[in-house]
Amino acid sequence: MSTARAAAILLGKELRLEFRTRELLNATIVFAIVVEVLFSFAFNPTPAESRHYGPGLLWIAFLFSASLMLHPSFAREQSNDTLDALRMAPVSSFSILLGKMLANFVFLTLAEVVLVPVFAVLYDVSLAGIVGRLVLVLVLGTIGVIVTGTVFSAISAHARMRELLLPLLMLPILAPLLIAAVESTSALFSQQPYLDQTWVAFLAGFDVVFFTASWLLCDFLMEE
Amino acid sequence: MKSRIVGSAFAAALIIFAGYAALYIAPEEATMHEIQRIFYFHVSAWVATFTAFTIVFVSNVAYLTTRSQRWDSLGVSAAEVGVACCSIGLITGPLWAKPVWGIWWTWDARLTTTFIMWVMYICYLMLRGLLEDPRHRATLSSVFGIFAFLDVPLVYMSNRLWRTQHPQPVFFGGPNSGINPTMAKVFLLCMVAVLVVMIPVLLDRYRLECMRCEMEELRQEIELRSLDAQSRPVKEAL
Repeated sequence: MSTARAAAILLGKELRLEFRTRELLNATIVFAIVVEVLFSFAFNPTPAESRHYGPGLLWIAFLFSASLMLHPSFAREQSNDTLDALRMAPVSSFSILLGKMLANFVFLTLAEVVLVPVFAVLYDVSLAGIVGRLVLVLVLGTIGVIVTGTVFSAISAHARMRELLLPLLMLPILAPLLIAAVESTSALFSQQPYLDQTWVAFLAGFDVVFFTASWLLCDFLMEE
Repeated sequence: MKSRIVGSAFAAALIIFAGYAALYIAPEEATMHEIQRIFYFHVSAWVATFTAFTIVFVSNVAYLTTRSQRWDSLGVSAAEVGVACCSIGLITGPLWAKPVWGIWWTWDARLTTTFIMWVMYICYLMLRGLLEDPRHRATLSSVFGIFAFLDVPLVYMSNRLWRTQHPQPVFFGGPNSGINPTMAKVFLLCMVAVLVVMIPVLLDRYRLECMRCEMEELRQEIELRSLDAQSRPVKEAL
């Protein structure tokens, strides 16, 4: 079976599993909204200030949500040893990882689709005219978060205290991505919105580096 | 054993002499005066940190390709030594920055990179502590180590693009760069001295880790044998 076909089947399985209960997605979205609201209590920003600090808040909320959401990705497979079944299936280990990455990408994107409009309403940030460019930045940033996060979810699934370990492994490594994503989002939220090509290129580079690394190292992640 | 005592004594003598040279032999710097002397050890600690983290990366890759437990032991030893040297760098840096820049800390490219690197390698050591199965520990921490090492240049680049406050490179930094020859000699001495201390510490830690692994294997074998001994009467009865 080709990698793409196997990954697509696994993606279908992950989506089916999640949409039966929608527990993970609901919890993630509510958590991120709570973060956004708490920010307003903590800083009480004026409209100008929220344009300035908003991108940072948005990406911090995404990163925290991802670090919560990615944990069950592999841990869920452990309760019934279903990861062993996946390993025994005649598919490459990369397709297992890719299927998980695609599913997590869909989940985080869905959360963002809810969060960005809520953010725009709460903090009076106009999205008119920048939607296309914002989607580009969000997609590139989300790929980076998901690629590294899914790999670390596979790593931490074997450890003790794994719920706590995943954010610890993931957040420091994502520091450059956070800077690039926040800077490119800030450029879009400014008075004269523009696409900051340096930072967008940096985001794309981050994605390529870690996607290649996870492709090269996935056999080690999946071994028993 | 004898050679190790001689080696340790030599390393101790060298680091003491380097300390003396940094404080008394090197000439005083024109603008920063005495406080600049901390650089002899600050920069050396930084060189040692990078050497150690490069060793971690090489051992991570080597472990994944050869699956030899020894590479994993070398990796953890170098990570611990690297975190220690990085801590020295992170402590001496603010001590220098407060009188010269007027602030203890700033989010400039090199500071941020070092800080993130320090956190990442502490996480690497924590991850190892939380993975119980030795094979999983070695494999998964190697994968994490490779990711962390790949991240270092990205952290640096992103912060360089973002904001930076560090002095321009003093060595090879353009026509007006370069330092007094005595200073250069003391610098070299301090760097060599720190590396000469670092390497025996690393090797000792490596030996300790190898012994630990061996002990763990022996303990498992004893457990297996005693289980076997317990089950023998049952088997015979059957």
